[in-house]
Amino acid sequence: MYQYDEYDQRIVDERVAQYADQTARYLAGELSEDEFRPLRLQNGLYIQRHAPMLRIAVPYGNLRAEQLRMFAHIARTYDRGYGHFTTRQNLQFNWPKLEDVPEILRLLASVQMHGIQTSGNCIRNVTSDPFAGVAADEAIDPRPWCEIVRQWSTFHPEFAYLPRKFKIAVNGAQEDRAAIQIHDIGLDLRRDAEGKIGFRVLVGGGLGRTPILGEEVASFVPWQQILNYCEAVLRVYNLHGRRDNAYKARIKILVKALGVEEFARQVDAEFVHLKDGPSTLTQAEIDRVAGRFNDPVLTPLPADEAYRARLADDRAFANWARRNVRAHRLSGYASVVLSLKKSGIAPGDITAEQFDAVADLSERYAQGEARVLHEQNLAFASVREADLHDLWQQLHELGLATPNIGLLSDIISCPGGDFCSLANAKSIPIALAIQDRFDDLDHLHDIGDLELNISGCMNACGHHHVGHIGVLGVDKNGEEWYQVTIGGAQGNQASLGKVIGPSFAAAEMPDVVESLIRSYIDNRNEGEAFIDTVRRVGIEPFKTRVYAERSARQEERKPAHV
Amino acid sequence: MSEIIKNGQIQADEWTVLRLAEGDDAATIELPHGRVIVPLAVWLARRESLLAQAEAGVLGVWLTGSDDPAAIADDLPTLQLVAVNFPKFVDGRGYSIAALLRTRYGYGGELRAIGEVLRDQFFYMKRCGFDSMQPPAGRYTHAQLEAALASLGTFTEPYQSAVDVAEPLFRRHLRPAPAKEQA
Repeated sequence: MYQYDEYDQRIVDERVAQYADQTARYLAGELSEDEFRPLRLQNGLYIQRHAPMLRIAVPYGNLRAEQLRMFAHIARTYDRGYGHFTTRQNLQFNWPKLEDVPEILRLLASVQMHGIQTSGNCIRNVTSDPFAGVAADEAIDPRPWCEIVRQWSTFHPEFAYLPRKFKIAVNGAQEDRAAIQIHDIGLDLRRDAEGKIGFRVLVGGGLGRTPILGEEVASFVPWQQILNYCEAVLRVYNLHGRRDNAYKARIKILVKALGVEEFARQVDAEFVHLKDGPSTLTQAEIDRVAGRFNDPVLTPLPADEAYRARLADDRAFANWARRNVRAHRLSGYASVVLSLKKSGIAPGDITAEQFDAVADLSERYAQGEARVLHEQNLAFASVREADLHDLWQQLHELGLATPNIGLLSDIISCPGGDFCSLANAKSIPIALAIQDRFDDLDHLHDIGDLELNISGCMNACGHHHVGHIGVLGVDKNGEEWYQVTIGGAQGNQASLGKVIGPSFAAAEMPDVVESLIRSYIDNRNEGEAFIDTVRRVGIEPFKTRVYAERSARQEERKPAHV
Repeated sequence: MSEIIKNGQIQADEWTVLRLAEGDDAATIELPHGRVIVPLAVWLARRESLLAQAEAGVLGVWLTGSDDPAAIADDLPTLQLVAVNFPKFVDGRGYSIAALLRTRYGYGGELRAIGEVLRDQFFYMKRCGFDSMQPPAGRYTHAQLEAALASLGTFTEPYQSAVDVAEPLFRRHLRPAPAKEQA
């Protein structure tokens, strides 16, 4: 992955010094709460329900062993022994002290990490395909472009105080695993008819209170111009995005208000002036950044016969391989997903011991690197097929080999009301209750591909709108209720789920999901996934079933008349 | 007399910023004596009569977030002071307005940040082309303002192109790529 040079290191070191001084001035009473808030947020520090929460940037989901070990150290020393991976490929600690954060950031800087722009109304950490560089369906490696966008957006002086947060994602594969349609800017790498690289640019996607899929504002921006083009988009947004109402301040609202054609016209009017300016990229810079990734040179290997034999006679191993092992662009290698969705554990949580163990395993089997998936799991990008069985056994001992990737129990969930002060309702207990209900592996594998996403409020950190089943925590007269949507999807065929009807109490949720699953099983065609059945038959059969079974349950519980 | 930061130094300031209150008429409001920075509305309403003062360097114009800098594009060669108002320090429109004034419209005179101007934003202001910053009167003691001068240089080698340093890092310095490692 990308290795800092002296300039990158100096910038994060200077950031640590700046934030240490700001914290000292805040504690001395020289900075008010209001003045300090955006400064701490742009270093990833929230004030939460129980304690501050520190969000650490994992640029486009890439991690090294020494960084995992530093997470373990920070979890032990400053937290309660664990961390939490987010839907934006970042890592959160839930219990650090505000006074300790400058020291934590100093430790992070010593392993080329930081919390820069992981929160606040600025350009956030850029996200991408967790299998970048190794995916079999990749056309162009997005990582160097992500790093270029990261550097450009880090402390961009014009765009540090935007109307609202701003998220950029980059995809370079056939299948969009970066969810570019739900980002403020989605960059889709492609080649034109002459084979030259450029970007299709989507703008105005986002979930939250008003979920909208991004629209295309440019079909092809040549790579040399991509930063100039992004500056044009950001400048139009910075000047004209709404600042009177935080709920209407995202760029998606501006794009909708102007209409995508008028928005694109305004961007083009800016771009005319910025095109070919100093931010124009050079081949030398692309080559330099790509070179600093220092990828291991892997030689293709013959397909491993012993691996195939094991698949045939070890059912547990085969189940794991079926769900948690992915095709690699090179023969003889595979990518491995480490499930952070073991039953009984909050989705995305990982302990200090697991951090250390994953670091060790990455060095033994995966060139010392790991990736973060926005589905809140980890992955090793390149593992030799011959090592898969050993790796599986060790992951199993660590509780990281649950064979459920892409299945119902691989739930995406925000931290919810247990931690987050924005939440209307708890998320994690709902996730755990559903996982508990569906803990039979054979049943889970029979249900097949199913993404269930839970958000504790309409800020939608749990991406509930794009879950095949989406669960949203809502507040009804001070009580926690849950609204259910179905038919949402991420990826190439992204869609927003539809609400099935009135919301449910927390205790009902496992039953509701069970009704949805029964309805799917009754309606599905041979080999048809849940989302495809919903698309084919619509939400009605699901809705009818869920509410009929709910009424029946309520009838049952009524005391008999005597 | 309040203190401002100009060209990286603390200076006594001799300008008065005229702000219109509710009901004030831009066309008729009485201007304070001495050097004055008037809002765009006053300038547009009374441009002919104020032109001589602007040329003499005793009258400047301020814009706020919703103002289009194109409105004074033709006057920029005449004006010796243009200010941009930050109604709140988290309202970042002023950064884009400053960048436009310096780059698109080629303004070369004093560009001053007024309003809620705080030291933790000085660095970004400088990068967007402000050469003077006027914190709210009484917000900082002289000693605090002296300490705040360091904020102008928080980051010594920024990545991206901006007004103060137009070339991005990759054009300013040769940044080496390491040799490939064999697995």
